[in-house]
Amino acid sequence: MSEARMSTVGEVSPSSSGEAVLEIRDLLMQFGGVTALRGINYRVPAGIIQAVIGPNGAGKTTLFHCISGMLKPTAGAVIFDGESIEGLPPHQIAGRGISRTFQHVALFQHMSVLENVMLGRHPRTRSGFFSTGFRLPPMRREERRIVEAASGYLDFVGLSDSAHQPAGSLPLGRQKILEIARALATEPRLLLLDEPAGGLNMRETEELGELIQRIRGEGITIMLVEHDMNLIMDISDRVLVLHFGQYLASGSPSEVKDHAEVVEAYLGGSE
Amino acid sequence: MDRKHLVPLLILCAFLIAFPWFVTPFKAVSHYLDVMVFAGIFSMVTLGLSMLMGHAGQISLAQAAFFGIGAYTSGILTSRFGWSPLAAMPFGILLSGGVAWLVGIPALRLKGHYLAMATLGFGVIVHIILSEEVDWTGGPSGMVDIPGLQIGNWKLTSDVGWYYLIWGVVVLLMIFCFNILGSRMGRALRAIHEEERAAEAMGVPTARYKVQVFILGAAFAALAGSFYTHYVTFLNPASFNLMWSIRFVLMVMMGGMQSLWGAIIGTVLMTFVGNEWLHHFAELEIVVYGAILLIVALFLPSGLISLPGLLKRSSGPASPKGSGHE
Repeated sequence: MSEARMSTVGEVSPSSSGEAVLEIRDLLMQFGGVTALRGINYRVPAGIIQAVIGPNGAGKTTLFHCISGMLKPTAGAVIFDGESIEGLPPHQIAGRGISRTFQHVALFQHMSVLENVMLGRHPRTRSGFFSTGFRLPPMRREERRIVEAASGYLDFVGLSDSAHQPAGSLPLGRQKILEIARALATEPRLLLLDEPAGGLNMRETEELGELIQRIRGEGITIMLVEHDMNLIMDISDRVLVLHFGQYLASGSPSEVKDHAEVVEAYLGGSE
Repeated sequence: MDRKHLVPLLILCAFLIAFPWFVTPFKAVSHYLDVMVFAGIFSMVTLGLSMLMGHAGQISLAQAAFFGIGAYTSGILTSRFGWSPLAAMPFGILLSGGVAWLVGIPALRLKGHYLAMATLGFGVIVHIILSEEVDWTGGPSGMVDIPGLQIGNWKLTSDVGWYYLIWGVVVLLMIFCFNILGSRMGRALRAIHEEERAAEAMGVPTARYKVQVFILGAAFAALAGSFYTHYVTFLNPASFNLMWSIRFVLMVMMGGMQSLWGAIIGTVLMTFVGNEWLHHFAELEIVVYGAILLIVALFLPSGLISLPGLLKRSSGPASPKGSGHE
């Protein structure tokens, strides 16, 4: 259908000519009469840090909701690893390898830090009510593997020392990191981070940037909605700019920074 | 099972084993054993209901109906078709679970408290069927000639025997539930209760698990109904009406729905209160139940199980919010 436009909009630069892990085609999201996203065509190459920026109300979080299944797009396609996933329920999308964090921390506050990450193993494990109720041997082995794996993810993000605290007792910065660990535990190939630096101080933001780069080092593609432009400029490989629900620009961080329309959108130039 | 439940379970077992020695020698309280058999049977219902209310965040107003499906299936199959009670029991459980699946799927795909409404209607329908299908159920005048529990030539007749059987099953069901709650499935249920959106995004099929817990609760209720049938050997539709469904919900709320222990405590207490004292109020009984519900909801929203914690907090320094739910 829109192959021609596809190749001009959001085309992968030759230096990162990897396969697209995610492809969005003609995405339209309307709520009643309000259009939140319109005509979005974009490809995210595998293995990069893809930032998504734009002023408030640009549709960044809506885009994440459409990808992760929390919203069913009005029209258009979301293709993950070559398969259409738009309209699938979120738990199935998680099973296919897309995980996410939330703009406002959505941890299981009364569960321990470790249990939060153990819950992230859900799509990769299988014991049901019957085998857990009777504690059948396969379930016990699986439970041990869940603890081991979850501890590994806590190590990876540096939260091992808080493993047995209730998640709600952590300071905000660490809660944000815990959400990332929980998302990693689902073994995603695409990780959506919705404003991970929101509410963090400078040092925490720096550590977050390092963590995100280490996650990319594990071969996981990251999409990042963020307002902290320093963080974006430091770590992202590509930037997509949305404005009033539409595609505005994309490119490397420095290309986008010099883009006249982006500057105007952010500085609020006259219409 | 979580280790923290081991000691309380052992204490419960010790109490249950010793109980008959304390009550049977004394004429005034010897019928307490009989009351405890009923409390045990009702505990099977409320354990399942507690899983649904406290851990899947849904309310069912049809537990008496599932209880009735189990009871009447056992009653009809044994008295009319000569089945052995042990063969009739799983049949009732399967039937009840199947019906729960049919009711639960449409109701639980929708968010919110559609299950409460759907089960309210369903419970009424079941009660009408039990009252009107005179050929099968005996109608309002009830069903008699139901055999007691018999395995081969051995027949369970003594109250003490029934008491140990029923409470043995209750303890096994508790262990079963604690095992679930301390595992992958229990974490998923708690996650749904705390932050449904995030649970779903982490791969938890929330609607499917709610349906499954609902089915589990219906199966427990049917098991209880089957025991009930063979214990009282007489069935009347009035034991399975909406009032009883509300009573089961009340038992869970009274004890505290965030813990299975709350269900057991609430059930035993309410069964004794209902059997021993409330019948003095006759028609005003329902008013007393309403008052109890109001008092619990207003002053003790987390149930009796939260009392020790509340007392400790009011005397000691403020402690962080416990492992309860919002």
